Amino acid sequence: MSYLKIDHVDKTFQRGGASTNVLKDINLVIEKGEYVSVIGHSGCGKSTLLNIIAGLTPVSAGAVLLENREVSEPGPERAVVFQNHSLLPWLTVYDNVALAVNKVFGSTKSKVERHDWIMHNLDLVQMGHAKDKRPAEISGGMKQRVGIARGLAMEPKILLLDEPFGALDALTRAHLQDSIMQIHASLGNTMIMITHDVDEAVLLSDRIVMMTNGPSARIGEVLEVRLERPRKRLELVADRTYIAAREAVLKFLYERHRFVEAA
Amino acid sequence: MGQAVLKNATAGAKVVALPALKAEVVALPAVMRRPLLGAFAPWLLSALVNLVPPLITVALVMLFWEIAASGPQSSLPPPTKIWTEAKDLIVDPFFWLGSQDIGLGWRILVSLQRVAIGFSLAAVVGILLGALVGQSVWAMRGLDPVFQVLRTVPPLAWLPLSLAGFRDSEPSAIFVIFITAIWPVIINTAVGIRNIPQDYRNVAQVLRLNQVEFFFKIMVPSAAPYIFTGLRIGVGLSWLAIVAAEMLTGGVGIGFFIWDAWNSSRLSDIIVALVYIGVVGFVLDRLVAFTGTIVTRGTLVN
Repeated sequence: MSYLKIDHVDKTFQRGGASTNVLKDINLVIEKGEYVSVIGHSGCGKSTLLNIIAGLTPVSAGAVLLENREVSEPGPERAVVFQNHSLLPWLTVYDNVALAVNKVFGSTKSKVERHDWIMHNLDLVQMGHAKDKRPAEISGGMKQRVGIARGLAMEPKILLLDEPFGALDALTRAHLQDSIMQIHASLGNTMIMITHDVDEAVLLSDRIVMMTNGPSARIGEVLEVRLERPRKRLELVADRTYIAAREAVLKFLYERHRFVEAA
Repeated sequence: MGQAVLKNATAGAKVVALPALKAEVVALPAVMRRPLLGAFAPWLLSALVNLVPPLITVALVMLFWEIAASGPQSSLPPPTKIWTEAKDLIVDPFFWLGSQDIGLGWRILVSLQRVAIGFSLAAVVGILLGALVGQSVWAMRGLDPVFQVLRTVPPLAWLPLSLAGFRDSEPSAIFVIFITAIWPVIINTAVGIRNIPQDYRNVAQVLRLNQVEFFFKIMVPSAAPYIFTGLRIGVGLSWLAIVAAEMLTGGVGIGFFIWDAWNSSRLSDIIVALVYIGVVGFVLDRLVAFTGTIVTRGTLVN
């Protein structure tokens, strides 16, 4: 029994008279607790795929099934951590998470429970200390931490991460990757992450889904990363499995499916 | 690297310069008092910088006016004559000597009350309509052209119709305020809502916010800077319109006072009333702008 099933998904965008086929015949099965990365060159439709799973973009053909139920609209059981954090700038860090928690657990948790749950999730990403700050007052990495806390706080069946660390500097990115690994280890969430960073994909994922170039992008290859968890980035540098996985992804991206710049 | 070296060099230079500085500050005891005065000095300075130029302008205008209007053939009163003729109005805005002989402050308050009612209605209805137009493509297609035509109708052109409709001057005046102030509110709110970033809409969708929650939690805060721009234009237009409307509808307001003064050739009173109107309009504008900056803090910066 599959947890999440992406079944023959096609996506065609209509704009005026022209139609662009972005995704073609995408099939993927993801098991509960899995960490799956989707990697590909920019413009290959990986964000579209994530939006389809989130329910933000409707499919043109095929279906996405979560626990055998078709996904037709967005919902908190498929929480999204957006690329540019998407925190509401007029709310404090606490209130940003509270907006989600109050909406999702307003009827099932008491006020005290909800407060504890908000603080628990902020502490999980080490942001409890900044709960009264506004997004403009904290750094990019911190904003993304809060975005992750907001996603986790919805207790989603799947956490969808859309290039979550793309806009961050390398050091901050490494910190957040470690945080995500810890969270994944302790909570066992199912996570799908869009990325264009090969190291990030290999370090974090159980499986890496490699997409061909668009238009009509397909899943080119799925690579299983057989590395023990918990993973330590320093130890992995010389690990043969790690190097092999990295090489496989790099070869896919830069030898067989080189990015052809649309001149 | 080069920068680091430079930094070191300047740091070194500072250390060298220190003894020299010490030697200069011989008059230390006298300087000790400065912090107290120093705390006020910047504030005082900025007050002076901001107040002195307009005061000079006013003084020059008054002087020119005095010279130009003091001839025997002059049709307008010079400032000195205004002062002698309308001293009671200038000095005491809140005297009360019977129902028609009251200070300008009272009249302003009556006008302000009308503006408050008409403008509040315009704000609420305008934001709701603006939200509709901004949010729904069909509402925009259907309503926007109508709004664009109606908003060009001058405020006073509505007065005969509203008098016919309400059969009373009070609600008519309020209606004129309403219909004057509502268009900029609608249009700016609609623009603000159309400019809500897709990210915020996505967040709302993932959280499954309903229409009401979306309106209060995302739409209004996100569009607040635009809404307040509309409100600010609206309050200015209302103040323009009330004076004109009151000239025609009568009653106690400042507009009628001007008309009444004109009919009894009290030009000095009119000029005093104009100053009142200008100052109050300025204060209204600043009040809305100030509320806007308070409410929208954090919204503009991301």
